[in-house]
Amino acid sequence: MSAILEIRGLTKRFGGLAAVNDVSFDVREGGISGLIGPNGAGKTTIFNLVTGVYKVTAGTISFAGRPIADLEPYKIAAAGITRTFQNIRLFKNLSAFDNVLTACHTGAKYGLAESMLRLPRYWREEKALRAKADELLGIMGLADRRDVTANNLPYGLQRRLEITRALALGPKLLLLDEPAAGMNPDETEQLMRLIGKIRDDFRLSVLVIEHHMDLIMGVCEHIHVLNFGCTLADGSPGDVANDPKVVEAYLGSEEGKKSC
Amino acid sequence: MDAYIQGIIILTGINLLAVLGLSVLTGFTGLFSFGHAGFMAIGAYVGAIFSSKLGLPFAAAIVAAAAGAGAVSVLIGRLTLKLKGDYFCIATLGFGEAIRLILNNWKWAGGARGWDNLPASVTIWNVLIVDAIAVVLVWNLLNSRHGRNMVAVREEELAAQMAGVNVFRYKMIALFVSAALAGMAGAFMGHYMTYITPKLFNMVKSTDLTIIVIFGGLGSVSGSILGTLLLTALPEIFRAFSQWRLVFYGLAVIVIMVGRPQGLIGGMELTPAGIRKIAAERRAKSALAAAAKAAEQGGEE
Repeated sequence: MSAILEIRGLTKRFGGLAAVNDVSFDVREGGISGLIGPNGAGKTTIFNLVTGVYKVTAGTISFAGRPIADLEPYKIAAAGITRTFQNIRLFKNLSAFDNVLTACHTGAKYGLAESMLRLPRYWREEKALRAKADELLGIMGLADRRDVTANNLPYGLQRRLEITRALALGPKLLLLDEPAAGMNPDETEQLMRLIGKIRDDFRLSVLVIEHHMDLIMGVCEHIHVLNFGCTLADGSPGDVANDPKVVEAYLGSEEGKKSC
Repeated sequence: MDAYIQGIIILTGINLLAVLGLSVLTGFTGLFSFGHAGFMAIGAYVGAIFSSKLGLPFAAAIVAAAAGAGAVSVLIGRLTLKLKGDYFCIATLGFGEAIRLILNNWKWAGGARGWDNLPASVTIWNVLIVDAIAVVLVWNLLNSRHGRNMVAVREEELAAQMAGVNVFRYKMIALFVSAALAGMAGAFMGHYMTYITPKLFNMVKSTDLTIIVIFGGLGSVSGSILGTLLLTALPEIFRAFSQWRLVFYGLAVIVIMVGRPQGLIGGMELTPAGIRKIAAERRAKSALAAAAKAAEQGGEE
């Protein structure tokens, strides 16, 4: 399998602190990869670098063979990378349907004047967008919550709606930032199945940050472990789980913390 | 019709243009401005140049006023729209005052004494027709993917970016639309009163506009219209109380802000489709509550 995302020598410094330090790894096309590490290891920083929220200090990021490190965030999104957030960021005052409909916008091409004058292309494309938003809500099991304001949805469904909104852009790579945070084991299990289903149905690649080890071990085919911004281990779930350095980072060692 | 009543309708109609624009910027895109009187001033003076100095028809003056204010907004936007919310707000405040002071010292255009003898081209009909066109165009813009992208910027800027929205572009569009409408309102104002002075476009005018948008309800075109009708008419209704009327005006705003922080009809629209939508949301919410209750009793969903 070829790599859809290639990260090489990625470094991000905030002042004197290297939040991410010379990290290299691949996300395989059509695969589900995991990014794990203790708190503050730089996982979310890597998401922010890949999606263009932060500017890269050094190193390269290529997506489907094309360098993306200098692109504006909206261009990266349009190129096919979308994400969810550790602390959910829905359009809180909009209904579930409007959340998804808003994100469907890249599927339409009508311009400002066409919308103001209600020209034929507006009607045609707007109808298609609405159908698509409803279809996505249906696939993700949110059809009966279509008109609920996002803020009023139960927590688990807010997470699900956020994923639905990300899918509305038709991404090739989906970045999930702690999708199981705050979920009980039942909900986590459901989420695991959902992630697998999304990968198969939408034919995309997934990179997931997670602390729930059952989810990571159960669903990921490849895992990259970070600690203090550096790569600690990289490999299959089995390799990583038995790596003494990983065990040490998570459980600590008698000598105390070691930096890289 | 009574000239007095006509005057109130015309003033309300002129205010509505400026408020409608600001509603796009503040109510839908989430950017607060305390300098939109500056754009009105630019529109008023550009309009005056076109009608008085160049002798062109009123319609041309209106279009030029909108274009002039819009062009300046693009310059201002390039400089300030990358700033975070509060800083943008301060920048607009500075912009509004700067425009007023420049006009104060611009001798050719009358300086602080102002510019009089403008043609009295404004009638109740041309105000109402332009209002109607503006409402329809703004409504159509907001109820499209472009309008939804603006709302996304207001709701959650970072998530909007991650959803492929060019945040800077949509902030710019909102600023341009609001400035162009404010410019038009300024030109109407000048050609209604037949004179303009820089003092007409001070910070109080800017905050008046913002108050109306917030009072009517953020994220609602019908709220902005209702707010304009009430807040332009209220001071007139209380005119008999002379200087006390401004106290009543202030009290009315405070009462609304305390009792209904979302404004009169924030986030909703008084249209058949808008009301159906509110009803659907209500139903969905109560269904959700019922399901939660059932789950609690049954032990599990």
